[in-house]
Amino acid sequence: MATNRGFARPYWVAIRYMIVATVVLGIAYPVAILGIGQLALPAQANGSVVTVDGETVGSSLIGQSFTDEDGNALPEWFQSRPSAAGYDGGASVGSNYGPENADFIAEIEARQAAIAESDGVAVGDIPVDALTTSGSGLDPHISPEYAYEQVARIADERGVDVAEVTGLVDAFVQGRDLGYLGEPTVNVLQLNVALAQLGS
Amino acid sequence: MEAWLLVAQFATLAIILAVIHRPLGDYMAWTFTSARDLKVERGLYRVVGVDSAGEQSWGAYLRGVLAFSLIGVLFVYALQRLQAVLPYSLGLPAVPEGLSFNTAVSFVTNTNWQSYSPEVTMGYTVQIAGLAVQNFVSAGVGIAVAVALIRGFSRRSTGTLGNFWVDLTRATLRILLPLAVISSIVLIAGGVIQNFNGFTEVSTLTGGTATVPGGPVASQEAIKLLGTNGGGFFNVNSAHPFENPTPWTNLFEIVLMLAIPFSLPRTFGKMVGDTRQGFAILAAMATLFIVSLAALTTFEIIGSGTGPQLAGGAMEGKEQRFGIAASTLFATTSTITSTGAVNSMHDSFTSLGGMMTLFNMMLGEIAPGGVGSGLYGMLIIAIITVFIAGLLVGRTPEYLGKKLGPREIKLASLYILTTPTIVLVGTALSFAIPVIREDVEGTSIWNPGLHGFTEVLYAFTSAGNNNGSAFAGITANTPWFNTALGVAMLLGRFIPIVFVLALAGSLAAQNKVPVTAGTLPTHRPQFVGLLVGVVLIVVALTYFPVLALGPLAEGLQ
Repeated sequence: MATNRGFARPYWVAIRYMIVATVVLGIAYPVAILGIGQLALPAQANGSVVTVDGETVGSSLIGQSFTDEDGNALPEWFQSRPSAAGYDGGASVGSNYGPENADFIAEIEARQAAIAESDGVAVGDIPVDALTTSGSGLDPHISPEYAYEQVARIADERGVDVAEVTGLVDAFVQGRDLGYLGEPTVNVLQLNVALAQLGS
Repeated sequence: MEAWLLVAQFATLAIILAVIHRPLGDYMAWTFTSARDLKVERGLYRVVGVDSAGEQSWGAYLRGVLAFSLIGVLFVYALQRLQAVLPYSLGLPAVPEGLSFNTAVSFVTNTNWQSYSPEVTMGYTVQIAGLAVQNFVSAGVGIAVAVALIRGFSRRSTGTLGNFWVDLTRATLRILLPLAVISSIVLIAGGVIQNFNGFTEVSTLTGGTATVPGGPVASQEAIKLLGTNGGGFFNVNSAHPFENPTPWTNLFEIVLMLAIPFSLPRTFGKMVGDTRQGFAILAAMATLFIVSLAALTTFEIIGSGTGPQLAGGAMEGKEQRFGIAASTLFATTSTITSTGAVNSMHDSFTSLGGMMTLFNMMLGEIAPGGVGSGLYGMLIIAIITVFIAGLLVGRTPEYLGKKLGPREIKLASLYILTTPTIVLVGTALSFAIPVIREDVEGTSIWNPGLHGFTEVLYAFTSAGNNNGSAFAGITANTPWFNTALGVAMLLGRFIPIVFVLALAGSLAAQNKVPVTAGTLPTHRPQFVGLLVGVVLIVVALTYFPVLALGPLAEGLQ
């Protein structure tokens, strides 16, 4: 049996090693990070939630749809990008359409027609982020161009001054990180929270 | 897009890596040459029954790697099957057998291919106690094997390569864990979550409801990138705002993926006693990286293809906060390091852009490749390069004072042949067997036509090279893909490791031959150029036909 023992030995070491590794790396490590996060950075660790009058209305990092129950865009709100996930925070997903996929092309054309009608703009003036779905399906941002493109519709729907809505967008345009990383953005939920308070 | 933005982003990354690779590389060299065990390590060795002074032959070292990996697969498999009775499982049932097998193999082999959608499949306990543990130790195994190969070069006339358990422990406790702790905290500061809240329903401004997910994400995100693992806590991986909230966390995550792989050449140079040798390897890796990044970024900015042209740019599957430049830098880094994380959907890239991510994996994950695996892969190519150069001038090839005889060249050649065989055979079988083809085309493929073929090719390239990224439209949770990709990941990880350790053993057994006037210098730009050339020729000859059937044909339509 001596040779058997020699053969089996690394397996016994491996089993004991995995138990120790599971306790240290699988339990102690994430719990320690949990403790640090909850004590030192609780706002971020708990999902950067946005509250209105003490009620949580979402997370500034998780995009939302501003539509009715049937999924039709509510014209009085700034609209998020199209989403393959329908902004379901429980099921992030991208469209994964290849560049030549006929369904993809049909969806772009449908979005062009819908936005051209609702916002009264030429198809060629619609920003690319308004026509494409994001990778996550939960993109919380739109481009500043798309935000400005929606101003006239929203001012009209709400019966407020275009300049007032434009000023609101101005205040929510976030530049590139450090001036050169990523792209400029507008956070749709934060912008809409401010928009709701405009009339009140 | 202004060119200076691209240059500034890349320059920031390059400067950070230039600054950290020396101290980190030197620290890792010290880690694996120090004779002293830490107190906590001595305690661990006593508990698991390891004699830390016990030197191992290459065979014993290999048996340790294989035993540890097999037990790892069983642990992760069992945790998934027991999910229904584990705490913090969010009410999710046991993971089915085929998927459990695929996932266990995937995380143990450092691939992190995900046939599943985490939000609806994996509870918190399986994620932290099963998957994230493998994120650490599978990376530790990769580093250990690379260190064993370095010892093959640095030692002379010996039958041993060190001790696998000691190398694994030091890689995990002294390198990966401290870096992961710091990185987790930085990520939380940027907005990555760390909680056990589950899914929270909230009422929205419009009177509807929205779901905010929770989870211990930051602790997993840090090691997912540091260990070049890549398995996302969420389905959409680093495109998810809770995994990668801002452009600066995006750059930070890219640094995490590259930190260890780009520092290991320094470790290698230090351990073989000539840092110039490490620098030459680093230069070859960096050259391939830069060329590939430039190509992918160019293709995405041009944005050809019917869909991108109609929409006005290649933004499908990309996040607004990242745009094109931060997406292509992440994609190049992820596919060329064997990480496989994504911050944008590669399936939706332009045809030729998508081809670049595929090509990066086909390079064999060596520029700089995964933690450990990238260095040993590039050293194998260096051996082939020295051999070819030796043939040209008619001399017996030698590298770092070790003669490369028939045995060494055979092992290196077998290494090079392994993954292409797995990739091409797997792809071919998917279409050649009528029953499987029906299932692949009917169930798995998402995009029709040539793009669908590329999805299958991408899946096997990713599995065989232990990358883990996907053309994610493919439905891989089927009996064929769970099994075939599982086997591809196992073979793609462990067959090359067998050859590497056998090679290390045979190099360590040799004495060193003195450098003469006829020795090929392997630290000069000439050698770097040869090395890059050999990589490109080997990859092009192997994969050109199959690329022509998929992305090239689609892109040139």
